[in-house]
Amino acid sequence: MDSIQLMDHGHGKHEITAVSTDPNFSGYLHNNFLSIVPEKSGILLKRNKCKNELGDEFSATCQAMDGLQLVNGLECKIPCNSSKTIGAALGIQSRKERTRINPAIEMALTHRSSNLLKPLSAAVLRRTFSTDTITVETSVPFTGHNCSPPPRTVETTPAELMSFFRDMATMRRMEIAADSLYKAKLIRGFCHLYDGQEAVAIGMEAAITSKDCIITAYRDHCLFLARGGTLVETFAELMGRKDGCSKGKGGSMHFYKKESGFYGGHGIVGAQVPLGCGLAFAQKYSKEEHVTFAMYGDGAANQGQLFEALNMAALWDLPAILVCENNHLVLQMEWGRRNGEQRKSYAYYKRGDYVPGLKVDGMDAFAVKQACKFAKEHALKNGPIGSPVERESSPKGCRRKWPKWGNHCWVARDGCRPSKEVVEVGTSLVGLPEVGQVDGGLPEWRPKKWVWPEEVVELLRWWPILEMDTYRYHGHSMSDPGSTYRKRDEVTGVRQERDPLERIRKLILSHDLATEKELKDTEKEIRKEVDEAIAKAKESPMPDPSELFNNVYVKGFGVEVFGADRKEVKSVLP
Amino acid sequence: MERDARVCVMGEDVGHYGGSYKVTKDLANKYGDLRVLDTPIAENSFTGMAIGAAMTGLRPIVEGMNMGFLLLAFNQISNNCGMLHYTSGGQFTIPVVIRGPGGVGRQLGAEHSQRLESYFQSIPGIQMVACSTPYNAKGLMKAAIRSENPVILFEHVLLYNLKERIPDEEYVLNLEEAEMVRPGEHITILTYSRMRYHVMQAAKTLVNKGYDPEVIDIRSLKPFDLHTIGNSVKKTHRVLIVEECMRTGGIGASLTAAINEYFHDYLDAPVVCLSSQDVPTPYAGTLEEWTVVQPTQIVTAVEQLCR
Repeated sequence: MDSIQLMDHGHGKHEITAVSTDPNFSGYLHNNFLSIVPEKSGILLKRNKCKNELGDEFSATCQAMDGLQLVNGLECKIPCNSSKTIGAALGIQSRKERTRINPAIEMALTHRSSNLLKPLSAAVLRRTFSTDTITVETSVPFTGHNCSPPPRTVETTPAELMSFFRDMATMRRMEIAADSLYKAKLIRGFCHLYDGQEAVAIGMEAAITSKDCIITAYRDHCLFLARGGTLVETFAELMGRKDGCSKGKGGSMHFYKKESGFYGGHGIVGAQVPLGCGLAFAQKYSKEEHVTFAMYGDGAANQGQLFEALNMAALWDLPAILVCENNHLVLQMEWGRRNGEQRKSYAYYKRGDYVPGLKVDGMDAFAVKQACKFAKEHALKNGPIGSPVERESSPKGCRRKWPKWGNHCWVARDGCRPSKEVVEVGTSLVGLPEVGQVDGGLPEWRPKKWVWPEEVVELLRWWPILEMDTYRYHGHSMSDPGSTYRKRDEVTGVRQERDPLERIRKLILSHDLATEKELKDTEKEIRKEVDEAIAKAKESPMPDPSELFNNVYVKGFGVEVFGADRKEVKSVLP
Repeated sequence: MERDARVCVMGEDVGHYGGSYKVTKDLANKYGDLRVLDTPIAENSFTGMAIGAAMTGLRPIVEGMNMGFLLLAFNQISNNCGMLHYTSGGQFTIPVVIRGPGGVGRQLGAEHSQRLESYFQSIPGIQMVACSTPYNAKGLMKAAIRSENPVILFEHVLLYNLKERIPDEEYVLNLEEAEMVRPGEHITILTYSRMRYHVMQAAKTLVNKGYDPEVIDIRSLKPFDLHTIGNSVKKTHRVLIVEECMRTGGIGASLTAAINEYFHDYLDAPVVCLSSQDVPTPYAGTLEEWTVVQPTQIVTAVEQLCR
């Protein structure tokens, strides 16, 4: 529950300006209620109770709570002359309560301080953001496989937060618009929607450059946007018009943008992963310091070609990062024993076995950004996956010298001290008995596994598999209602708890970067933009008939049959 | 499935979802999860699995969610399904049925509009049939399941909504027989699957113009029913083939070669084959229409042939 007691204007505090709140109060709000931590139980301000001297504690409490509206377990008093603080306080409520409380508080506000609201709301519409860094903590810690996961804290700036919000809202709006266009039969065939999974696209894009490549399967509209595609191109392609990114010949499943490194857009499940490894091969071949993100879904994780590609990428140290977008739904089947078991192991990030893996909350854009940055820099980091052990404490008699590593021995797991076992130069330690099986004094900690520098370097060079734990709101495609294999409650539950857009909205509101109204205005603007793009795309004409035979082959090749001397065209293939 | 306990189905979404085109609706409830198996998305492997099961005596029916996905299973179909009976000297029979929707739908995109009959036709050891009506579909499916040979049954994405009154009693069609759709005198039009409907539409126009086309739905794509076709050619002396495959190397191309080889003396005009253009099927609706043979083109071709 939370209660907001509206005070009379005899509050005796300084006039609160449009762009700040009472510093004590904002700290109070931020630390106790608005940071992304699990909700605490209800809190009653003790000073309220003290005012009522008569009676026992219970009646004092009741008196203190008199006239308070209880919502969500948080009770606080705030000066109400700033609409922004109300908005910020309201932001911590669940969505269910907000609609009930908003009108009541709005009415109370207008009743009490209507003359103050107008200039305030007008003053805060467009503002430049400071370049201060904001530290955000990801929702859940990362889980690593064969590697130490990156830290939970991510640095960001207000401008980045706002751009995340804007981009995600655009993507969300675009997918919903595509839904209506499909129902209006302007988009036909297959249409696979990405709403719910936007955080993956946004987070990834924030961590990489346009020289890095992304390749994905058929759920590609939002990734195309993230990589620099325009709304007009998207809608025109979806409607099969000339101005689409593939000139109307590809459709929903074939979006490409070569200039910004977006390689599609593929219909056959899993077929894009070997392609992704090919992109990585080319990057390694040309000695570029760039990486490829080959994305696939949890359904595709059962394709054999994935493991083939992974094996080759690991074998040749290709800078390919495989990203599994695990939305827990395979085509039209639900995970779980009852409705068709799809896979034996749910831990997609561990499927690489010898390749490191990282499990990420895919609904948190900052977690995705951190993970992608980590993945990209993994091999460029100077430190190893484990931690160095000082030469002095290395086993006596160990004569191995590795000048490159500063004469240190390396241990694959961190925090271990080595044993006193004598090690012969050149022997591999894999297969030697575990420490503790050797006679003599046991060290305080046992190393889990010893690794030679070559092996450490091997581990360093493998880019991890990222598993993004995400969710899609729509069905598999537009022909699938999405409700036969999951309950409506499940979808609404995820929308409330884990929606990526809402998470960013809460962050923005908690850091006072914008008001609720401004964000709503932004969304309205985006809606207008999307509608305009659709209108423009509708005006675009259908492709010309001559386009039918264009681009089958590169011009001038493959169609004509020449005579023996190659000077005379004998025939043209149909 | 009721008659023979060895018959089982495997494919993506065939079980609890009932199949993406609802072909296997309610079968999982009736026969259980193992007989109507929901597979992961691993076409190569589950087709191989079906073939392996068939080697021991089961009679699996493999559903490709779209025929195009079976390209991933090409090795299994070609090498194992087609050739095992031969290479084992007759020890193993592979009574498997591979079925699924193919063909050009409504703007499904290039990869989902493929005509695999032209790719599979060279594989020795398999039989190919294409159904076009509910009556055909039931009869051919039963025949395919009862056959000891591996059969690939080609269905079409756009034909699943057809409704027709079919006989209550049990009937099984002959896998190698073509169907006489409309007897006629002037010209033989050979077709199969969805193009049958385009041809029948064109036939109405042609009849109004005074022509009398004989329309044969060849049904059996491998081997061709040269008996029915031959009799027809001997009667009319003119042949038009209308198909959905690509021009290069399609079923029509093989049929043209076969007719020319066997019935050359009976032909008064060269065999004309109308097929789809040699392009990946574009997404845009207008372009897609031009890729496939339309009834007006059929009418024009008949008029030219019958001059």
